[in-house]
Amino acid sequence: MKGVSAASPVEVEPDLTPDEITVPATPWVCIVWNDPVNLMSYVTFVFQKYFGYEKKKAEKLMLEVHHDGRSVVSSGSREEMERDVQAMHGYGLWATMERAGTNGA
Amino acid sequence: MSGFARDRRTGRVIATLTGFEADLLRSLAAQLVELLRNEQAAPRDVADPLEAMLDFSGPTAEPEDPVLQRLFPSAYPDDAEAAADFRRFTEGTLRDGKAAGAGAVVDGLEDAGLPPVLEESGLMIDVELEADAAETWLRTLTDIRLALATRLGVEEGDEDFWLGLPDEDPRTAAHDVYEWVGYLQETLVGALSRG
Repeated sequence: MKGVSAASPVEVEPDLTPDEITVPATPWVCIVWNDPVNLMSYVTFVFQKYFGYEKKKAEKLMLEVHHDGRSVVSSGSREEMERDVQAMHGYGLWATMERAGTNGA
Repeated sequence: MSGFARDRRTGRVIATLTGFEADLLRSLAAQLVELLRNEQAAPRDVADPLEAMLDFSGPTAEPEDPVLQRLFPSAYPDDAEAAADFRRFTEGTLRDGKAAGAGAVVDGLEDAGLPPVLEESGLMIDVELEADAAETWLRTLTDIRLALATRLGVEEGDEDFWLGLPDEDPRTAAHDVYEWVGYLQETLVGALSRG
């Protein structure tokens, strides 16, 4: 964030270190991608079962995957996201991980 | 053809398959086990053969088979090194889990009365699953569908293409099987989601 131009509305306390400014609370995200095979009902089931999400939230995420091609389904530390990605692969869902904000995530 | 339903009395999910259907499902699950165990989940591209033999860690390169590539996709598409590390630590476990699940489906069908070689016509197989076993079946049905779809080249929104294929095209029968496994899975999710 060093060298942010005047166009940015963000005001930063001058005594914060760069790390405090740039590291978000949940730096990694798990992304599930659309595929032509997995059933919408199954994807919803997996989001409820594994993440413990309410049916409404699980369906919303499933529809994001279906319509937008991808959806951020969880966020957290790198280790936590590796665990989530591995679990999604176990369920046959196509999942990847990246730093939050990398591709508009 | 009938799918899964929930038994209100026991809370289990049940399905009655014909001998032919049960035999087909066993064959698909057995093929999945074979595929998962065939292409060894071992490191490749190691120059020293002794080093290769003594290295029990997992693979770092993507599998060569397209089905296995789909079952074990890259976790870090833009970071080859992180992807290799992730694969090394996860692919062996994932393969074992998927192979064990498919093996459990084979055992479940045989425990339900499917003989090693199906000869009798008119045989019906009653499958009855507790919640944990049902989830294993769900995962295995998914892996079977992913495998069939990858081999067939199934794509988003291609229903008309499959409907338009002539009956004598071998892909028609394979796609029918793919649809049938999808039907079984859909009814299984439905039976588990209620109640």
